[in-house]
Amino acid sequence: METYTAMRHFADSWGLLGMTVFFIGVVLFTLRPGSKQHADAAARIPFEDDKP
Amino acid sequence: MRYGTEIAWMTLATFLALLGAGFAADAPFRAHMWVLFAVLAIGTIVLLRNVSFEPEQPVDQSAYMDGPIRYGAIATVFWAVVGLLVGVVIALQLAFPDLNLEPWFNFGRMRPLHTSAVIFAFGGNALIATSFYVVQRTCRARLFGGNLAWYVFWGYQLFIVMAATGYLLGITQSREYAEPEWYIDLFLTVVWVAYLAVFLGTILKRKEPHIYVANWFYLSFIVTIAMLHVVNNLAVPTSFVGSKSYSLFSGVQDALTQWWYGHNAVGFFLTAGFLGMMYYFIPKQVNRPVYSYRLSIIHFWSLIFMYIWAGPHHLHYTALPDWAQTLGMVFSIMLWMPSWGGMINGLMTLSGAWDKLRTDPIVRMMVTAVAFYGMATFEGPMMSIKAVNSLSHYTDWTIGHVHSGALGWNGLISFGAVYFMVPRLWNRERLYSVRMVNWHFWLATLGIVIYAASMWVSGIMQGLMWREYDEQGFLVYSFAESVAAMHPYYVMRALGGALYLSGVVIMAWNILMTIRGYQREEVPTTGTTPALQPAE
Repeated sequence: METYTAMRHFADSWGLLGMTVFFIGVVLFTLRPGSKQHADAAARIPFEDDKP
Repeated sequence: MRYGTEIAWMTLATFLALLGAGFAADAPFRAHMWVLFAVLAIGTIVLLRNVSFEPEQPVDQSAYMDGPIRYGAIATVFWAVVGLLVGVVIALQLAFPDLNLEPWFNFGRMRPLHTSAVIFAFGGNALIATSFYVVQRTCRARLFGGNLAWYVFWGYQLFIVMAATGYLLGITQSREYAEPEWYIDLFLTVVWVAYLAVFLGTILKRKEPHIYVANWFYLSFIVTIAMLHVVNNLAVPTSFVGSKSYSLFSGVQDALTQWWYGHNAVGFFLTAGFLGMMYYFIPKQVNRPVYSYRLSIIHFWSLIFMYIWAGPHHLHYTALPDWAQTLGMVFSIMLWMPSWGGMINGLMTLSGAWDKLRTDPIVRMMVTAVAFYGMATFEGPMMSIKAVNSLSHYTDWTIGHVHSGALGWNGLISFGAVYFMVPRLWNRERLYSVRMVNWHFWLATLGIVIYAASMWVSGIMQGLMWREYDEQGFLVYSFAESVAAMHPYYVMRALGGALYLSGVVIMAWNILMTIRGYQREEVPTTGTTPALQPAE
């Protein structure tokens, strides 16, 4: 199989699946139970910048 | 010894530029190398005059490195004035073609000068300066790499000067937003890798365990631009002392590579980078944390997963395969969601502090920027729909769309960031004048409205005239007739641009006086509380 076709097949099968799973994983991880507290703490980082 | 190594390198580079001028294969390259020689020679002389043989003072590692940021803030304002001035000139050139002064100042050479000056010189300096500001303060760490940050700043200015002078000399590789020729591209690659090293190094040595979301956006901008720049500029020069190169790609592959680059320059340079600004400077200015931090993370991942596919919408109804065009269109439409999620996140950060919109012109500027982000990211996907694109493509509608995004979103958020940073960087109590910020805001907003509205009318008129057939199937209008019909809108557009430019000139004065330490005597914009009346 020529390189273009091989890469094309990989991109629209395993590549697509891998990226979709990663993306859904990120969204689920962000919204996991208990993440709100952590996120609220992270949102306050810009206000604690007095000294390095 | 201070500047010893730098002077040695600069002298070597100056000598190489001289060799380049001497052995040049073509006249534009020779002229360009003389420009480079002059710039580097001046730089070397400045360094020589500031040389010091005293033992170097140890650097205070507990302080933020703000020197390159101060220079970057000044460079941002300077290039904004230059880039917008060139924009007004080329707008007038379109309305009054006699203003084309051949060969150096005709529209074909001035147009890339304008786009590069506003995107890369103004926008790029704003991004580099704010990213250095934000990464230090959210990681609570001094910039990594010592003087490497200075190299990034000066190297980037040299890139701008070489790109700009190259365009005027007629040196171009004709790739949109990537016009500089191969030798400037190679130099920019080195500067960009240094930028990545400084930014990533600072993140790696952070004291704050979590990487704040603004840094994610900045980092994705730096990494993606490196990738786009390298791939899009793969080319073979005809001579190592010549100004001409040929792209590695040809035909439709070349077109797709160019718009993969071009649209992601919009997505990662003009969107992701500036969203980094939004996620730091809006919370700071309104003194409230971002509305939803989790939404900002989802915003980040959806944006970077989708933007990279949207480029083909620039090639509707071309030789590009149909499936690729449809793919670009579908991903562009899906981008509505993350874009509006991000816009809502930015706007809702003000919840509970909406009164600041009335009293603080800097907040007003930032919020209007986010509103324009929302409008531009609504209009863009709509224009990427094939049926709409068949009317809008190649017309002034596109120009209007780009400018409502660039002037409204990128411009206003950068101005807001500059107004925020400058008093803090120079330890001033406040800006020279807050009322002048208000003037800047209204001049800019009015300018954008006039610009975008005249381009909508002109663009749709143009598109309709081009597709107008009579009952026998002949085109009703010649192309020249559609050009003549646009004249009044071109004049209006120049007026809108001039208003926007005048706002930036006011900003330049305001920033200059702030840096010099003056405060204008004026009534505060916070307004006066009306005296309470006793109930009757």
